[in-house]
Amino acid sequence: MNIDPTETTALLKSLATELRVRLHELARKDPLMIGIHTGGAWVAEYLHQALAIAEPLGVLNINFYRDDFSQSGLHPVVTPSDLPFAIDGRHVVLVDDVLHTGRTIRAALNEIFDYGRPASVLLVALVDRGGRELPVRADVVGRKLSLTPGQQIKLSGPDALCLEFRDC
Amino acid sequence: MAGLPFSQLDGAGHLRHFLTTEGLSRETLTDILDTADSFAAVGKRAIKKVPLLRGKTVVNLFFEPSTRTLTTFELAAKRLSADVMNINLKRSAAVKGESLLDTLHTLEAMHCDMFVIRHASSGAAHFIARNVAPHISVMNGGDGRHAHPSQALIDVYTIRQHKPDFSKLRVAIVGDIAHSRVARSQIRTLRALGVKEVRIVAPRTLLPPMPEALGAKVFLSLEEGLRDVDVVMMLRLQQERIQGPLLPSLHEYNACYGLTEKKLAVAKADAIVMHPGPLNRGVEIDSEVADGPRSVILQQVSHGIAIRMAVMSMILGRRDAAKEPG
Repeated sequence: MNIDPTETTALLKSLATELRVRLHELARKDPLMIGIHTGGAWVAEYLHQALAIAEPLGVLNINFYRDDFSQSGLHPVVTPSDLPFAIDGRHVVLVDDVLHTGRTIRAALNEIFDYGRPASVLLVALVDRGGRELPVRADVVGRKLSLTPGQQIKLSGPDALCLEFRDC
Repeated sequence: MAGLPFSQLDGAGHLRHFLTTEGLSRETLTDILDTADSFAAVGKRAIKKVPLLRGKTVVNLFFEPSTRTLTTFELAAKRLSADVMNINLKRSAAVKGESLLDTLHTLEAMHCDMFVIRHASSGAAHFIARNVAPHISVMNGGDGRHAHPSQALIDVYTIRQHKPDFSKLRVAIVGDIAHSRVARSQIRTLRALGVKEVRIVAPRTLLPPMPEALGAKVFLSLEEGLRDVDVVMMLRLQQERIQGPLLPSLHEYNACYGLTEKKLAVAKADAIVMHPGPLNRGVEIDSEVADGPRSVILQQVSHGIAIRMAVMSMILGRRDAAKEPG
């Protein structure tokens, strides 16, 4: 049961609409957008364009901040983080594809704070699959799913984004 | 005798120690360079630190004086959030008669994770790697005339920044090949990465006994050796290692083999000039070249931090990964 490209595009569209509303409600003007490599960056690319954000898109690769480094080892990071702006005092929109344990977001927040002190961070996730292990929640969510720990969901891309499910 | 075969790689072919570039595949070398690329980006941030090696302890054991190697190893470990100790062997228990192995075992008992070794004897890092406890990894920061593997990686990393396609490159290594651990590591690494032509340029007295065995073309004339090259890698004249009358005088060495803008004219117009440091200005390289537009010498220093971060994190990450069941 995959969410095919057409449906994923519809999901992205509604995510963009909800994010626009949310930013307006919170009066967060001129936000910076940062996507988490790789899936989050693809979603962020779409949102960045849809919301016509002036500043270039930032990409975080949280490999150096993972808490399972000593278990999984280091793999060469071919795409390093690239935040082509100053973060101090700015409103940040952090984007990921799938929100699961919350550990990726913990790592991403740590890395963001090594670049500077943002005024705020808003978390956007295309899918929230549950299974949190840390006190993290998304501010804007495309779709909420309840998956068992054995099920996997993965965003494939970058052309024709598609959410794929797998049992293992 | 040579002793049992000892490998710096673990069973799965990942780095367990980092002792030499010998036997490292093109794939492993490229992995290190790619990883260094992402650490280079960390060095440009406001906070130049990542938490990868939090809680690990790295000990720099330098039996030979060094400034840039010691400080870049120290900075690399610190930027990975490891704790670092620099042990000055001149002021340590070694002068009270403690043996090298006793010093090592004492440090092992303090639950350190990595030793970085710089030693005047060839093979010192191998010896230490063979004799340390299994929880310690050893990095070679230069051993005698044998190897200086991280410097060689810094050099190829620097070349890659300027000239990414190695298959077309002509590289000349110039100077004191016989006494240089850097040259040996450089030649091996350049060849493993598929550089088209590696040249060594030196007077006969500063060539090793069988220079062709290194896999490089030998030139006795600087002018011929530099013709049409893309990269010139100068070596420091190792005055402290030269014994006996190998050279008539430093002045004459400079006249024949010292790099000047004029002599560099036969190289390609976009050739880059490298030197692992420290420089003997006016001996192997003139200031007009060292500080000139084609010099990438200071870039080599910056790259030293990223390369050492890459190797340290690859070793310490992998090692613990191997220990985890499943």
